Amino acid sequence: MAYDYNGTLVEHDEEGYITDISLWSPELALLIAEDENIDMNDDAWEVINFLRNYYEEYQIAPAVRVLTKAIKKKLGADKGNSRYLYEMFPYGPAKQACKIAGLPKPTGCV
Amino acid sequence: MVDRDTLPINVLVDIPVLNEGAMKNSSPFVAAPDHQRALGFPGELVDDWQLRAIEKLGELLKKSRALQVYMDSCVKCGACTDKCHYFLGSGDPKNMPVARQDLLRKVYRRYFTFAGKHFPWLVGAEDLTRDVLDDWYSYFHQCSQCRRCSVYCPYGIDTAEISMAAREIMDHIGKGQKYCNEIIGKVHKIGNNLGIPEKALRHTLQDLEEDIEEETGVTVELPLNKKGADILLVTPSADFFAEPHVDGLIGYAKVFHQAGVSWTLSSYASEAANFAMFIGSYEQMQRVAERIRKAAQDLGVKRIIFGECGHAWRVAYNFLNTLVGPFDFLDPAYPVPQHICEFTWDLIEKGELTFDKSANDHMTLTFHDSCNVARGSRMGDKPGGQFEIPRAIIRACCNNFVDMAADTIREASFCCGGGGGLLTDDLLELRKKGASPRMQALKDVAEEHQVTHMVAICAICKSQFSKVMPEHGFGMDSIVSLHQLVSNALVLDVQVTGEPLDSLNEGQ
Repeated sequence: MAYDYNGTLVEHDEEGYITDISLWSPELALLIAEDENIDMNDDAWEVINFLRNYYEEYQIAPAVRVLTKAIKKKLGADKGNSRYLYEMFPYGPAKQACKIAGLPKPTGCV
Repeated sequence: MVDRDTLPINVLVDIPVLNEGAMKNSSPFVAAPDHQRALGFPGELVDDWQLRAIEKLGELLKKSRALQVYMDSCVKCGACTDKCHYFLGSGDPKNMPVARQDLLRKVYRRYFTFAGKHFPWLVGAEDLTRDVLDDWYSYFHQCSQCRRCSVYCPYGIDTAEISMAAREIMDHIGKGQKYCNEIIGKVHKIGNNLGIPEKALRHTLQDLEEDIEEETGVTVELPLNKKGADILLVTPSADFFAEPHVDGLIGYAKVFHQAGVSWTLSSYASEAANFAMFIGSYEQMQRVAERIRKAAQDLGVKRIIFGECGHAWRVAYNFLNTLVGPFDFLDPAYPVPQHICEFTWDLIEKGELTFDKSANDHMTLTFHDSCNVARGSRMGDKPGGQFEIPRAIIRACCNNFVDMAADTIREASFCCGGGGGLLTDDLLELRKKGASPRMQALKDVAEEHQVTHMVAICAICKSQFSKVMPEHGFGMDSIVSLHQLVSNALVLDVQVTGEPLDSLNEGQ
């Protein structure tokens, strides 16, 4: 199981999460997003970049509330809410956006 | 024990048309070798799996008298056949509890009974073949171990125990489930199911403190690793991460604040859940539970309180002392452990909490009894406390509360459809089907009594419902945490945590 972009193979697990997170690139993100039917507009990139920065600092994806708050600060109250985040990432801002951001899937009772 | 004479008969849900093999291909991802080995299980299916599975079954039969009785005592009366939510949702006859049990029972008979060894065709005994193993993997991961069927079984046969035993056997031959085993590994390594490290946890809690202060003007602490605190709160890590769980966590913090007690969370024991119960592994269950004991000792607390988590409460209430006790270092004046609902209800009974119930007036609520609380444990000091206490708290802080149909609540409660280690995306179709009896009961009260929201006290239930409710015409925020309601309505005093409440009340 691997993503193939420009001849480079990047392995992923059964659900499409890449197994070596260091192999992520913005081009790969676009490819994963295409698989997921997600439109990668500027707002979506804002989410992906926040997730990646947060992960770099804390080694985990942010809580949904933390993400919402951060997006609210950056994009305003009409976009910094879970409704808008679910519109962008219908399978859930944590799980689906993490997949595109090349981060591990949040596990547990979520 | 449940008084069977008073149990309502099941009239709500129609019995589905049988659809043989409908769910045969529903099975979760198999655990990767790394996830297996981290728990001491073989990385992949071993060559002599058949022999080792039978050996393991023999070992479990010796260890558990209950399993032996469950294997022997079924008389095929049929009382359980229409009691499983997965059967009701899928119509697959192998999801009838008796048929699920028989997947193990037929192998038990073949290798462990006289008749089965010599005349297998007479007693429904069968060899353990690859097909049988595939059926085990499929259908023992279509049981949420909710124990509803056992309530109706005249012999009290507990299918949950049988599915736990089957999963234990499969782990030991190298065929474990990815979802559970990966998560248990994370608890051993990082301390919680989500894998939230201490730094992230601290940041999340500080963020919540800011939010509460912004919203209420009151400083409410969510302390982490505070040595010498009186209470250690152990809660599911979903409470730090997901919605509506986090609103419940805010509710616990406000209650502690208002009670004026000193409390703390622990980054080492940052998980109430114990998925080892789902895979039937006593050893793993003990290892996971040991973290709670160690955190309590290291922090020097006097009490342990559990947050809203269904199976965690079953493990805590029933097994914690056996697994990692004795807890003689805690204050004997309090039960070990306590449920957050017991703590909150105690304060309400003493008149120490003031509620503005109108804060919840935009909702009409109903309560979903989580399986492991309803059928696997108790709360308070009276029989049925696990049903009464959560409802009493809801009534204390909300004006609009209606129960769902009697044959779908309390000990007859329908599982959310995601319990027992099935809350994973690879089983989403199963989860949707399994949720349908509960969703039907909810729809009925929504139509008749204009119920808008359902309350739960289990992290799995909350996540499962927020995922499947939109399929049934409800918003994903129609599922709420019980302590979210408490949080909405609780009138906060401006005080510093740790000071006794009385001294502040005197001036009022």
